[in-house]
Amino acid sequence: MKIWKQFSLLLAAVTACIAFGLPAPASAASKSIILATTTSTQDSGLLDVLIPIFEKESGYLVKTIAVGSGQAMAMGMKGEADVLLVHSPDAEKKFMAEGFGTTRRLVMHNDFIIVGPASDPARIRSAKTSVDALKRIAQSGSLFLSRGDNSGTHAKEKGLWKGAGITPAGQKWYQQTGLGMGLTLNVAAEKKGYTLTDRATYLALRKNLGLAILMEGDAKLLNVYHVIELNTAKWPKINAAGGKAFADFMVSRKTQEVIGKFGVKKFGSPLFFPDAGKKPETLGL
Amino acid sequence: MDLLVDGFAKAIALLTSLDQEVLAITLLSLKVSVTATLISLVLGISSGTLLALADFPGKRLIVSIVNTGMGLPPVVVGLFVTIFLWRNGPFGYLDILYTPTAMIIAQAVIATPIVCGITVASIQNLPPNLRLQILALGATRLQMVLILIKEARLPLLAGVMAGFGGVISEVGASIMVGGNIKGYTRVLTTATVMESGMGNFDMAFALSIILLLLCFAINYLLTRIQQRERPR
Repeated sequence: MKIWKQFSLLLAAVTACIAFGLPAPASAASKSIILATTTSTQDSGLLDVLIPIFEKESGYLVKTIAVGSGQAMAMGMKGEADVLLVHSPDAEKKFMAEGFGTTRRLVMHNDFIIVGPASDPARIRSAKTSVDALKRIAQSGSLFLSRGDNSGTHAKEKGLWKGAGITPAGQKWYQQTGLGMGLTLNVAAEKKGYTLTDRATYLALRKNLGLAILMEGDAKLLNVYHVIELNTAKWPKINAAGGKAFADFMVSRKTQEVIGKFGVKKFGSPLFFPDAGKKPETLGL
Repeated sequence: MDLLVDGFAKAIALLTSLDQEVLAITLLSLKVSVTATLISLVLGISSGTLLALADFPGKRLIVSIVNTGMGLPPVVVGLFVTIFLWRNGPFGYLDILYTPTAMIIAQAVIATPIVCGITVASIQNLPPNLRLQILALGATRLQMVLILIKEARLPLLAGVMAGFGGVISEVGASIMVGGNIKGYTRVLTTATVMESGMGNFDMAFALSIILLLLCFAINYLLTRIQQRERPR
């Protein structure tokens, strides 16, 4: 049976390839940490710069799970992550108060912006504040795309709607994508809708979008990132040493310099502003 | 349209320049999915043969369950495997969540019912008297089973292709249990999702083309084996 000989030869060859080529998970697992973070740090490309430096310096393998801040904190609450890098301050304070984290340190900030089609049907360009801008979007019934995924950006957006006294959920002009920031921006561009985004992701994707910045600079639109180490008292399996190593790395002077320079060459301005060691009050928190 | 042209050009550039990262991603896709398919062949063909040949009450129910399993949604599998592999879950001590091993497990779970279902159908499709003939010629039970599998090899190879095609192209389970970690668990499908999320549609398109070429190469190989010797 020639065909069976051939088939078994193929099988043998493939098996050999796999046996020699698969990365050994056992050795990696003993010295790895799980970083649960937001999509913006990955979609902007910042982590692609920082993680290799950290891995080289510390010897840890970093398993970056880029989800929304809400999901990242949920992973932390279940003990399924070792360190968090998130941007949802109110939820973070609750997280700390409930004892899931041990230390929470300021890493960096940038700001949220409201983007939309350059034609600006709701005329939010002339709005004074972000709340005013959202009111105009609601009044004119212009399409607004929400992340709808409990991320830090979504939390900020819900706070702004609350401030405006509007309940957008269920309105015809209000759609929830349930996607990350990058994909949500693409949906907004495609549907010519408004959306709230962090500046870093917007700048990184701007070339393909055709969306304009229509509201920026409002103090309410500050976007602050913290690194949180998790509490082993809640979940003993957490790799606290690895988490601390990463958190220390994020606030170290060298890393802060890298963060401050990230994106300057490509976009003409930094995507994130380093804040390690600063008091939150100086940012207006 | 520009995008398609750009993407195609980029795919060719990536392939001809042997871009290290893309090459690693492609190899990992191949390793994970081929390993998962091999596991599913062992599990699927043995259980499928057993299911086809044995007679027991509730057989129809089991076969319908297997046939439903052929359409098992990868995200559902991903979710279940994730829950089982969580640190604080039942298999947490293995410490394999977010590793290629976890992806292989999830993909094997997806492919096994496909292989099993097609095995059941192909064995049952053999002439009903063949079993008796083989036994009458003095074969042992094991020999009979092996001969039946051999006779059903053409549809079984189709099962291999269906299983492999199912896992190399799935993204839901891979991204959940693998986490799309750069240089570690990033495969062609998860990289495509990420690149399109980042707005790099040309890169996403280039990765898709590489994925299609890979699928084609594997299926061409299998088809050649399948078609070389037709049953007379």
